[in-house]
Amino acid sequence: MSTKFGRLVSLVCKRGFSISTSVQKGASEQGVKSLNLCSAINQALQIALDSDPRSYVFGEDVSFGGVFRCTAGLADQFGKKRVFNTPLCEQGIVGFGIGLAAMGNRAIAEIQFADYIFPAFDQIVNEAAKFRYRSGNQFNCGGLTIRTPYGAVGHGGHYHSQSPEAFFCHVPGIKVVIPRSPRQAKGLLLSCIRDPNPIVFFEPKWLYRLAVEEVPEDDYMLPLSEAEVIREGSDITLVGWGAQLSIMKEACLDAEKEGISCELIDLKTLIPWDKETVEASVNKTGRLLVSHEAPITGGFGAEVSASIVERCFSRLEAPVARVCGLDTPFPLVFEPFYMPTKNKILDAIKSTVKY
Amino acid sequence: MALSRVSSSSPSILLKPLSSYLSLRRRSVSSSSTDPLTVETSLPFTAHRCDEPSRAVETSAAELLSFFRDMALMRRMEIAADSLYKAKLIRGFCHLYDGQEAVAVGMEAAITRKDCIITAYRDHCTFLSRGGTLLEVFAELMGRRDGCSKGKGGSMHFYRKEGGFYGGHGIVGAQVPLGCGLAFAQKYCKDENVTFSLYGDGAANQGQLFEALNISALWDLPSILVCENNHYGMGTAEWRAAKSPAYYKRGDYVPGLKVDGMDALAVKQACKFAKEFALKNGPIILEMDTYRYHGHSMSDPGSTYRTRDEISGVRQERDPIERVRKLLLSHEISTEKELKDTEKEVRKEVDEAIAKAKESQMPDPSDLFKNVYVKGLGVEARGADRKEVIATLP
Repeated sequence: MSTKFGRLVSLVCKRGFSISTSVQKGASEQGVKSLNLCSAINQALQIALDSDPRSYVFGEDVSFGGVFRCTAGLADQFGKKRVFNTPLCEQGIVGFGIGLAAMGNRAIAEIQFADYIFPAFDQIVNEAAKFRYRSGNQFNCGGLTIRTPYGAVGHGGHYHSQSPEAFFCHVPGIKVVIPRSPRQAKGLLLSCIRDPNPIVFFEPKWLYRLAVEEVPEDDYMLPLSEAEVIREGSDITLVGWGAQLSIMKEACLDAEKEGISCELIDLKTLIPWDKETVEASVNKTGRLLVSHEAPITGGFGAEVSASIVERCFSRLEAPVARVCGLDTPFPLVFEPFYMPTKNKILDAIKSTVKY
Repeated sequence: MALSRVSSSSPSILLKPLSSYLSLRRRSVSSSSTDPLTVETSLPFTAHRCDEPSRAVETSAAELLSFFRDMALMRRMEIAADSLYKAKLIRGFCHLYDGQEAVAVGMEAAITRKDCIITAYRDHCTFLSRGGTLLEVFAELMGRRDGCSKGKGGSMHFYRKEGGFYGGHGIVGAQVPLGCGLAFAQKYCKDENVTFSLYGDGAANQGQLFEALNISALWDLPSILVCENNHYGMGTAEWRAAKSPAYYKRGDYVPGLKVDGMDALAVKQACKFAKEFALKNGPIILEMDTYRYHGHSMSDPGSTYRTRDEISGVRQERDPIERVRKLLLSHEISTEKELKDTEKEVRKEVDEAIAKAKESQMPDPSDLFKNVYVKGLGVEARGADRKEVIATLP
C-alpha cells in the first residue's frame, strides 16, 4: 500500500495535472506496433489507468469491453472498482464524472454514441465547463474526459451517425479534441486525460477497425491546440478533423493529378484551436476550404471560415469554401447524398482555385 | 400455466379452465366462437399502492386463436428481419422483439385505437399490433417508399397515426415524457382515452422517467407507464444497473402492478385494469416481466452476458406462443395440425410481404430534403458518384 502511494506521489509530482509534459514523437525504445484505432484507444486507457491509480473508466457496458470493444480487458486488469458499468443514464454519468474529477481524480467517462450525449448536455455546458470559473478557481473538474464515438459508419441512420462537435465548441471552459488515426488517437487521448481541463474527446467510429498504423507502444502524448500540416501544398489550404481527413486526402491526390497543389491541415483540437497554423497556411496559399460531416449551418467550419477571413482578408483570392453535411437530419438511405464526399470536395477545390 | 414456477403442480391441471367459469361444451366449440371463456393467469399480479385485478381473465376461443396467430406472425417477422439484416438488405440499427410478443398482443386486446401507445426503438411488433401491415414493416426496414415512415425512418422509427401509435423513438427513455403530453391532451379533451408509454428496464434508470412520473401524478394524467422488463439493459443485467429492480414500485407515490409479461392474458387483464384505474386516479406503472430471445441489437449476439441455458429455459418454460398453444389444445379449440397450418400460413404471408417489399422503390432523392421543416430549405446535393442524379428540391 505504501509503495503504491509512493508511486502515486512520484507520478503526481512528475506530471501534476501536467501541462509541461514531454511530448515524444516517433518510435521509442519499446518499438512500434501496428494497431487499429480501437486498440490504440484501448492502449491509451490502459496506460492512463496504469500510470495513475487515481484514474477511472466508466460508462454503459464498458466493463464488458464496450460496444466497440475499446475498453476490452481493462476491468480484468484494473478491477471493477476502477473500470465499471453505469446504468443507462448519460446525464448521471457525466455529473458523476464531474464530482469524481472535482476530488482530484481522472474521470474517463464513455458516452456510448455521440448521439446519446444530449441528455448530458446540461451537465457538460452548465456544470463541467463553468465549475472553475464560477467557483473562483476553488473547484474544477479538469480531470474529466468524456470519450464518445461520432460520425457516419455507412448505415447508422439517425441516431448512430451524428457529428455534434459544433455544439460543444460554443462552450468556453471545455476542450474538444478529435483524432484522425490510431497514433494520433493514443497520444491525444493521453493528453486529454492528463490535461487540467474538462475535455470532450470524439472518436471517429468509422475508423475504429478501418484505420491501422504503426503506433509507439510506450506512454507518449501529443500536444493539444496544435494543428498539424499533414500535407504541404501551395494552391489551396484544406482544413478538417477526424475521419473526414481521409476523404480530404483522397481529394488532394485527385487534385494533384489535375495540377492543383493542396495543403492539408488536421485541426485536432477544435477549441481552443490553432488559428496561427491555419493563418500561416492561408497566407501562403491564398485559398481555404473547410470540410466536416456535421451540417454546414452553424458547423465549426463557419468559425474557421470567419476567423480566417478576419485575419487573411486581403490575402484571400477566393471565397472560403465549405464542403459539409447537408442541413437535414442525418438520413438513413440517403447517407451518400448527405456526406461531404471526395467528389464534392474535389469540385470545390477546382472552383475555388479557378475563381 | 405456471409451467416453470409452480413445478409441484401438474401443468395439465393448471391448463384446464376453471370449471365454474366454463360455459362451453367441449369440442363443439367452433373456432370462431366468441362465447366467453375464463382462464386464470399462471402467476398472481403483485400490486403496489393499488388493489390487484382478478386472476380470472375473460377471453374467448376466437381471441385465443387471434393471439396465437398474431404472435406467430410477429415471431416469424422478427426472425425474417434477422435474416434480412444478415443479408445486408436491412441497414442501420435493428432491435428485435421476439420473446416479448405477449406484451404487444395483450395490450392491444385491452384497449382501443383511440388510446395512444408510444415506445422506444424495439417497435416492429407494436406497430403490427396497432394495425400496421407486414409490407409496411419490411419496406420500412429496407428503407423503401412503401414503408410506414416512407423509408425515411428505418427499424427504430415506425409510426402509425391512424392506429394511435406514436412511434418509434431512438433515445433511451426519451419517449416517456412525450407520453405525458399525449395523456394531458387526452384528459383535456375528456374523451376517456389513455396513453401507454413503454420503456425498458434499462431506461427505467434515466432521470427523464422520474420527471415524467412526477408530472403525470401531479396533474392526474391518464398516463400508464409500461416497463417492459426483459432483464437486460443492452448487455447489463438489471441487478447490475438498478438498486431496486422492482420497477413497478419505482414510482413511489405512483401505484404499480407487476405482471407476467409472457402471458398475453395477464397482460390484457393488467392493461384493462390500468386503463380504468388511470381514468379514475391518474398514472400507474405496469411492470411486464418478459424476455427477449435476441441480443439487444443486431450487433449483440446476446450470449455473452447470459447463458444459453437461461435462454433455452425461458423458451421451454415461459414462451408466450407455446403458452397459448397449450391453452388452445387443452381447451380443444384447435388441433395440433390446425396450429401448425396457421404457422405455415404465417410463414407464407411473411415471405410474400418480403418479396413485395423488395420490389418497392427507394424514396425519391428529393425526399432527403422534405419534412425537415414544413417547407424545403433550398438546398440540393448529389450522391457520392457524379453519375447519380442531383436531387431536386420539393
